[in-house]
Amino acid sequence: MTMIFGVPMAVFMGQLTLGLVNGAFYALLSLGLAVIFGLLKIVNFAHGAQYMLGAFAALLGFRYLGINYWLALILVPLVVGGFGMLMERFLLRRIAHLDHLYGLLLTFGLALIFEGTLINFFGVSGARYATPEILQGGLNLGFMFLPTYRAWVLVAALAMCLFTWFMIERTRLGAYLRAGTENSQLMQAFGVNVPLLITLTYGFGVGLAAFAGVLAAPLYPVSPTMGSSLLIVVFAVVVIGGMGSILGAIITGLGMGIIEGLTKVYYPEASNTVIFLVMILVLMLRPAGLFGKEA
Amino acid sequence: MTTTPTTSAAPLPSAVQERQRRAKLRRNMFYLALLAVGLVAPFVAYPVFLMKILCFALFACAFNLLLGYAGLLSFGHAAFLATGGYVTGYLLASYPGLTPELGILAGTFMATLLGALFGVLSIRRQGIYFAMVTLALAQLMFFVFVQSSFTGGEDGLHGVPRGHLFGMIDLSSNLAMYYFVFAVFVFGFAVIQRAVHSPFGQVLKAIRENEPRAVSLGYNVDAYKLLAFVLSAALAGLAGSTKTVVFQLASLTDAHWHMSGEVILMTLLGGVGTLLGPLMGAGLVVSLQHLLAQSPLGNWVSVILGIIFVVCVLSFRSGIIGELSKMYRKNFK
Repeated sequence: MTMIFGVPMAVFMGQLTLGLVNGAFYALLSLGLAVIFGLLKIVNFAHGAQYMLGAFAALLGFRYLGINYWLALILVPLVVGGFGMLMERFLLRRIAHLDHLYGLLLTFGLALIFEGTLINFFGVSGARYATPEILQGGLNLGFMFLPTYRAWVLVAALAMCLFTWFMIERTRLGAYLRAGTENSQLMQAFGVNVPLLITLTYGFGVGLAAFAGVLAAPLYPVSPTMGSSLLIVVFAVVVIGGMGSILGAIITGLGMGIIEGLTKVYYPEASNTVIFLVMILVLMLRPAGLFGKEA
Repeated sequence: MTTTPTTSAAPLPSAVQERQRRAKLRRNMFYLALLAVGLVAPFVAYPVFLMKILCFALFACAFNLLLGYAGLLSFGHAAFLATGGYVTGYLLASYPGLTPELGILAGTFMATLLGALFGVLSIRRQGIYFAMVTLALAQLMFFVFVQSSFTGGEDGLHGVPRGHLFGMIDLSSNLAMYYFVFAVFVFGFAVIQRAVHSPFGQVLKAIRENEPRAVSLGYNVDAYKLLAFVLSAALAGLAGSTKTVVFQLASLTDAHWHMSGEVILMTLLGGVGTLLGPLMGAGLVVSLQHLLAQSPLGNWVSVILGIIFVVCVLSFRSGIIGELSKMYRKNFK
């Protein structure tokens, strides 16, 4: 058997895939955070809770309404995103004129409410969501065994990232969004309905989180606390990459996933902490973040 | 006080001086009254409950020094509380000869060191990034505590002896313990009160209001921020160490990010940037948790805290003390 630095090739590649899949989630979530931050200038602390809501919506939709995985993949982001739009319209907008730290605190409070409520109904142990039949099993690539579902998650997440990039960089709506990020007052003076744009942007960011949640449902136990611990790692990823560029968010997310996966192979004790250590290193060497614009 | 850039060297008009003198007198009388309340309190209420409030109040006051006066929102203060608690707990449990005040000093010292480390890293970023960096660093410490052997991992440390203060006073009596905790709180509060009303505190406020301006006035902004961060971490560690001695245990609850959120809530509810707000907020939150724990709503604590958070941010941003003093100023001046 081929060995890579004293580790069997199959184990190495297996952890690498795991890392890439985790990285795809980091990328999707930090992308959503970056989109929201760009226009609203707030850090959406409820992002983890909204990811969790996405997973729960898929689980409950299947259990009570018989909505299958593929339908959930489309419906859940729309529903949770719509819910996010209501949050923006009725709560976040009321504090938009204040220091942006209040947005962080408000969304933190909302995250506590969502998480706590679901814990009361479903406990913390987590439920299983069945992998759709087509995606069960795996491919034998000769040097490793690749579970089909993980491959699909990787493809779907990257496709979603590309779609987001296309929307923002290549469409008229995206141009408005970029212009609004630069100077929303001027946009308003030009006759663009900025409040509506803000609502849509927040809804889109939340929808991305919910999409990630549906993708994660068959992979990890669906539990009310699945979002919060992930979100803190995503925050570290955001600090490392900076929220300046979409491509930066994707690259940093995947890169951190790979680093985490490799740490699991060579020094498992540090696999929980390695991303935070990278963050410390980046803060010391390049405080603005790898792709950051502001100092 | 005379070195602050805001107070000029020229003598103030006597009417203003007189008003300031009277305001100071009023403030001192108020503090004396509070002190008296604190001294009598254990005969009215259950001392252990009061000690819990005092420990969290000190924690919240320390946090408020950073948010209320330097304008820095740390989302990782649980790390300092837990570090103080674990170090003190470990030392007191492993070395029976050690007196509690030395254990507390050691815990506070370690929290201070950690504060210096976190401070150096986190003040490199501003605003929301600062909050995210502190949160991530605290999470790193959480994993360190989970995996280290000296913390007892998931089980935590139990049966930490209270011991004899200075080798003489037996702290196993709740009354003696209370007066010790009260003294620690008064010390911490006095340090914060002194810092806030010193030229140092004035510079912190200047940084909070307009950082580029403070830089252009020639202040070494980073040094001031770091000092505020370290002071805040040290006092948070002191609170954690003292809490461990009182309850004779240290656990992962103190290191969890929920704890960092709770201390923000206490400060926000009582009043950010007021001296008494965190005391009031801690009292309310601890009492609320205590009441809810015994009621059928026991499982809904974090939901209710979340709702209070949202209500505070939406309509109550100055907190209770802040709103009261606004009302006072409007109606009596």
